[in-house]
Amino acid sequence: MYQVGNLVKELSDKHGREKESLMPILQGIVERHNYLTDEAMVEVAKELDISAAEVYGTASFYTFLDTQVRGKYVIRVCKTITCSMKGKGEIIQTLEDMLKIKVGETTSDRMFSLIETNCIGWCHKAPAILINEMPYTELSPEKVVEIIKGYMQKK
Amino acid sequence: MENKGLNKVDLIFEKVDPKEVLTKAYKMSREQIIQDILDSGLKGRGGAGFPTGLKWKYTAAEKEPEKYIVCNADEGEPGTFKDREILDRAAYKVYGGMAIAGKAIGAGKGVVYLRGEYRFLLPQLMIELEKFHKMIKEIGYDFKINYCLGSGAYICGEESALFESVEGGRGEPRNKPPYPTTSGIFGKPTSINNVETLVTAMMIIKHGPASYSQLGTKDSRGSKVFSISGDTPTPGIFELELGMSVLEFVKEFGDGDTKAVQVGGASGFCVPRKKFASTVIGFEGVPTGGSMKLFNSSRSMYNVLHNYLDFFAEESCGQCTPCRVGCQQLLKGVEKVKKGEVKSTYLNELLKLADTMKVAAKCGLGQSVGNAFRTIVENFREEIIY
Repeated sequence: MYQVGNLVKELSDKHGREKESLMPILQGIVERHNYLTDEAMVEVAKELDISAAEVYGTASFYTFLDTQVRGKYVIRVCKTITCSMKGKGEIIQTLEDMLKIKVGETTSDRMFSLIETNCIGWCHKAPAILINEMPYTELSPEKVVEIIKGYMQKK
Repeated sequence: MENKGLNKVDLIFEKVDPKEVLTKAYKMSREQIIQDILDSGLKGRGGAGFPTGLKWKYTAAEKEPEKYIVCNADEGEPGTFKDREILDRAAYKVYGGMAIAGKAIGAGKGVVYLRGEYRFLLPQLMIELEKFHKMIKEIGYDFKINYCLGSGAYICGEESALFESVEGGRGEPRNKPPYPTTSGIFGKPTSINNVETLVTAMMIIKHGPASYSQLGTKDSRGSKVFSISGDTPTPGIFELELGMSVLEFVKEFGDGDTKAVQVGGASGFCVPRKKFASTVIGFEGVPTGGSMKLFNSSRSMYNVLHNYLDFFAEESCGQCTPCRVGCQQLLKGVEKVKKGEVKSTYLNELLKLADTMKVAAKCGLGQSVGNAFRTIVENFREEIIY
């Protein structure tokens, strides 16, 4: 849980308070806090003067607008055909072993979440993952270990 | 059928002076621009292939003063990554195409809808946009482009779902008609074009429609950027003249053991080896938004089909029953056949279901699930069963 504080107001000032500002506001909250809490969504509804159900309706439609707890670094492993043919399984295995979580879970220190995602547009450099917004491509288990170590040191 | 063979082209990534082309377009009348695009024979490069000139003509004809040009950069079809590459290497040409389209239809506002997966590109794209705005202002254009970001929904590549998303809602496709040319973003006339289409339109204005329509065939004019992946020694982006056969394509890009090519991504068609020579890549044969996936004999076509169905079951927006239930049932159905829980003839029932989805689903997603399903099941039936 996090306190959304002034963020909703700041984002509304920046993007406006029309319905079409909803996506950028929700994206802004996720960028800062990694996922949307019920409290944050209610706050957005109040700020935009629309119903909380409408906010939840939009949020729940989009896979990147998570409504469940996510870590600081969300690792999305592409599972679509080319990545799946070119070693997605090994990449998942490596990440699960390293982070000691399964696909769909978040580490207890809330640093990493591991999820699968559909085609991210790097089929020619498969297998590929996204960590938050950054793509990493042509991966091998060794490369993944190096990348994650880098993020662990960032903390 | 016309066959042009395999020829490489360099149009999309060709370096041009945007100011020169945009100045030329600025001096042309709206009708002239639209006529040039019509004459070129350009069809939408996102996959559906609607004639671009017609789309502009219809939007231009609308009386409403507020109109929009939308650049559809929600490239989500499995196996396509050309729009990312175009935005990365030639964003100024995307913006240029939008400004020309804006002039042609009488729109002062442009929106680029960029898929969330490509968000990392945004800072660079914004820098280039700022430069672009400055340049066109000097020429005299009254045109402004904004960005909208997606958040991981394949369906938002469908034009009316994209509008819903821009307006802040769930990306659920609308009923058609009205078509976007009459009622798009905020109910205003909107021309929505693919990234590559806009760049191509700018190049047609530069080189003239006659030289462009020299390329390609009667039904598929011009060239196209292909996204090539799978079992190939040379995965990547290639711009090729339209009108080659799958066989010529496989000779160039295959690994010597290609057994099938999926043309047009998960919503496209599977071409098996025995049909390579007789199938032309283009609107007269198998159309594609650019996705070309090669599979060699080590791959199980059951796994390919299962992967596609799993994709659609997740990405269906759930609004209409044929698609929401159909995708799930096709997925469960092939699993049951594979496990031997039902007779193999059950596949015939599933084919009927896919046909029903084609006629009954509300949008292109549900309507096209049957393309891959039918072409994989019919050509690789034994791989699905055993």
